[in-house]
Amino acid sequence: MTDSPVLPSRPPSGADGEADGPAPAPATPPATPSAGGGAAVTARSLLGTAWLRIRRSRIALAALAVIVLMVLFAVLAPLLTGIEGQDPYTTRTSPDVLDDYGTPGLPLSYYRYPSGEHWLGLEPGLGRDIFARMAHGARISLVIALLSTAVSVVLGTVLGAAAGYFGGKVDMVISRIMDLFLAFPHLLLVLSLTPILQSRLGGTALDRGSLLPIASLVIILGFFGWAYLARVVRGQVLSLREQEFVEAARSYGASHRSIILRQIIPNVMGVVLVYATMMIPTNITAEAALSFLGVGVKDPTPSWGQMLNAAQAGNWYLTDPWFLAVPAGALVITVLAFNLLGDAVRDALDPKSSRG
Amino acid sequence: MNSMTTFLVRRLTATVGLLIVISFVTFCLFQFGPADPAAAACGQECTPERVAEARVALGMDKPFLTQYFSYMSGLFDSRTVGAPGAQTLCDWPCLGKSFQTNEDVTTIIERALPYTLSVAVGAVVLWTVAGVTLGTLAALRKGKTTDKLIVGAASVGVSLPIPVTGLLLLLVFVSTLDVLPFTTNAITSPFGPEGFDGWFLNYLLPWVALAVLFSAQYIRVTRSNMLETLGEDFMRTARSKGLSRTKTVVRHGARAGLTPVVTMLGLDIGLLLGGAVLTEQIFSVPGVGFTAVHAAQMGDLPVTMAITMLAAFFIIVANVVVDAVYAVIDPRVRAA
Repeated sequence: MTDSPVLPSRPPSGADGEADGPAPAPATPPATPSAGGGAAVTARSLLGTAWLRIRRSRIALAALAVIVLMVLFAVLAPLLTGIEGQDPYTTRTSPDVLDDYGTPGLPLSYYRYPSGEHWLGLEPGLGRDIFARMAHGARISLVIALLSTAVSVVLGTVLGAAAGYFGGKVDMVISRIMDLFLAFPHLLLVLSLTPILQSRLGGTALDRGSLLPIASLVIILGFFGWAYLARVVRGQVLSLREQEFVEAARSYGASHRSIILRQIIPNVMGVVLVYATMMIPTNITAEAALSFLGVGVKDPTPSWGQMLNAAQAGNWYLTDPWFLAVPAGALVITVLAFNLLGDAVRDALDPKSSRG
Repeated sequence: MNSMTTFLVRRLTATVGLLIVISFVTFCLFQFGPADPAAAACGQECTPERVAEARVALGMDKPFLTQYFSYMSGLFDSRTVGAPGAQTLCDWPCLGKSFQTNEDVTTIIERALPYTLSVAVGAVVLWTVAGVTLGTLAALRKGKTTDKLIVGAASVGVSLPIPVTGLLLLLVFVSTLDVLPFTTNAITSPFGPEGFDGWFLNYLLPWVALAVLFSAQYIRVTRSNMLETLGEDFMRTARSKGLSRTKTVVRHGARAGLTPVVTMLGLDIGLLLGGAVLTEQIFSVPGVGFTAVHAAQMGDLPVTMAITMLAAFFIIVANVVVDAVYAVIDPRVRAA
């Protein structure tokens, strides 16, 4: 995984990167430059169509704005916490900070609520700065969601396209694997495999800012999330491969790889974009759920799920709901924005599937 | 009826195959996934000798397939587990013994199932009624304020993660307003000494937490399918024959418009029987999901493995049931 969690500068760019070239993986460098021109047109018109639709809806525009702001917020987290003059790890446990009305660990009200010194107050128990944790947690939550979505999208598109295009035995094998993945209880499996993978990757995930839980969540969520998309892509490709332009490509001797990468995949990008947009909030929620259950991102590394876990631990949120409000608010607003944007993208690119 | 039988036989064969594959894959993931299950089995303070003992006790010195077959043999007969000299009987049906408590895993699951069942029953009823009613209402009032409100609420509902809803419910109804009790482990069925009321109040909040999320999805699906159905010719025909609007919707619309909802419901029930992991954890309901979380946190591999298999089993069975129901409703499916 990456050394430092760097987020894409604007939210659709995760999908944008996917749609820019038909090559979903860097495994095919020669195909990219030659296909670049044709595919770029497809990509632009695809995103252009989506944008036209989004621009007409006030709700979708607002959702997009929220996402852009949230991503900017995550990217600029070090800068913002620098301005605030705080960091997410410093603990303050002295009784003149954390002992309100004789409740050890509860920040005095000056420290508990927003102030110039601590923009969102201090955490109970350890007295760490909530704003700094929320901002750095945004980086980690979003990086996990975006990267795991990217893994699922690449796997789902490639395997689904291969199954639909080649048919026969390839299709049978891939379809059976899809059935297998779809039959697994997703959360349960991810829940029980994450600790196993973490121990495999070595370490206890308890180091500050450790990449280990991030990497393991990306791998697990990405690896177990592709099957549904693959099934949808397979269905699309089944009808695409019978169409004239594929026939034409075949007749002038294009290789299977070139047909899949240049003819098939650009044509399923619409549906892939729709599912990718809907997968991101699912993965944000999944990260939050796993970290909340104590098997994902672990203290002291912050994420929104870890912060929910911290608010619930020791029932601090019952003492003061403020501790719950910050991570829950960030989580719900972001997930809601992605869901609303997803609805708009789906309406724009895939008018037939008004069901999901 | 013949095609129906063929269909069922074919489906069942495929299902049994999938079940065997799933059990094998799960077994591999948990038996060979961890760096050292033997070390996990013997806990924190462990000497190399004890790890070696645990290795033998887990049968890890035996060949790959032998381990799988001896594990699965527990489904057909009781078997002995543990190191030679310290063997204990694991009663049928046996899915191994917990690393933590050395109890039979199936005993642990049997104890947890009534809680999960209680959570599932109420939640399913609540979200189906709410989702279908509101979804139909929104479809009938398409474009009006009612529709917009319901659709908006559904968008928000879909975006509320269970931890957020659950903690909010506890905060408001248990801690602040004090109108509902903290959930207790003592109540597992509506037929116990606490009666239906006690059971109902005990599980109300978990139901609501699940229902907020799920009914939002059911509203969306019901609404879009009802809208599609309302535009169909047979609906106009029914109306033109003089049937009232309500009767048309209930008698003709519901049947066609709700078939996808039935499918969804079947699959969701299958999913939920494997444990509502987050809900059970938040409300401290010691069901299957709760047990799984604790087993995962403690590295109690036999328990997590068995629960994963059980949950997959429920999902697969739910799929078959849904398919069979579909084949009964819609004869075209059988040909496929």
